[in-house]
Amino acid sequence: MQHASRLNVTPTKNIEPLWWGLFSAGGVVAAFLVPIHIGIFGFAVPLGWITDTGLLYRHWLVKIYLFVLISLPLYHWAHRFYFAVNDMRLGVPRKPLAIFCYGGAVVGTVAAALVLLMV
Amino acid sequence: MAEPTITLNVTRYRPGQDQAPTSQRYTIPYKNDWVVLDALNYIKDQLDGTLSYRWSCRMGVCGSCGMMVNGVPKLTCAAFLRDYQQQEIRVEPLTNFPVIRDLVIDMSDFMDKLKSVKPWIIRKTEKPLSEGEYLQSPAELEAYQQFTQCINCMLCYAACPVYGLEPDFIGPAAIALGYRYNMDSRDEGKDLRKDILTGHDGVWQCTFVGECTEVCPKHVDPAAAIQRTKVDAAKDWFTSYLLPWGQK
Repeated sequence: MQHASRLNVTPTKNIEPLWWGLFSAGGVVAAFLVPIHIGIFGFAVPLGWITDTGLLYRHWLVKIYLFVLISLPLYHWAHRFYFAVNDMRLGVPRKPLAIFCYGGAVVGTVAAALVLLMV
Repeated sequence: MAEPTITLNVTRYRPGQDQAPTSQRYTIPYKNDWVVLDALNYIKDQLDGTLSYRWSCRMGVCGSCGMMVNGVPKLTCAAFLRDYQQQEIRVEPLTNFPVIRDLVIDMSDFMDKLKSVKPWIIRKTEKPLSEGEYLQSPAELEAYQQFTQCINCMLCYAACPVYGLEPDFIGPAAIALGYRYNMDSRDEGKDLRKDILTGHDGVWQCTFVGECTEVCPKHVDPAAAIQRTKVDAAKDWFTSYLLPWGQK
């Protein structure tokens, strides 16, 4: 049985490391910051431990935190969802799917930045 | 008292004779200290000399007797009959590979991929013999030692759903071995392995299912090698684009 070698040695300057880097950072953020966030908004505020809730979004440090918390996990979703749909062989063409996933994350990032800048 | 027996349900495929793989049942004596390979050898010697399968060392070193045992990739020399409590054990060729005959798979795709990561020490210049050996500290050895345990048995390829879906993916063992040489302090070939390890069919295809590490009979952790290679490549990418002094 003959096997033609199909190895594809595409040079390394593809964009994959960018998406994977954001995906990976998003996973870390989701794992570490979301529990903290649930602690603050799920417990500390409703239980009255924090009363000045304006502080929770007006301070610039909090804005950076919220920006990171919202944007990076979006890339985590985009990358995971893209590969999950591919792997499930649902017949979704790759290019539009990639635009939907990664494009959606970019849109979400820009929207988060705008909203945080406005409040 | 009748001697205890066990049945092996073995995949048969005889090219030129069978249109598609079929299965055949063999009932054999059950011995507490037998492994699946012993059972196959009994079948071959006593019941059906036409059964084909690969094996060599019988001791988990050569990596040739990998098969699917009850649907899980195993070295049959290390899969004890006593660990399968049921009356019948299913033995099939490794999945994700073309079958040549019975339990024998075609490994040429893997061999091509293995070669492509240049799994040997690459030096820009060899130092003269008179300067002695290349010394390594225990920490330098530790950095790659685990990955030297790979015996190329291909169980990780049979376990990898990504390789099943994307046959071009260079796969767990090849990446783990590429990583092994990249991490070796004596090696200078990292740049030569970069295009294959982090190119289109390299680490980015992996979705970190982790089954490769799960099934490895030598406790190599290919999933870790793949993730660390991704981290390395992502760091390279970000430094080359974001830092003006980064390597282009």
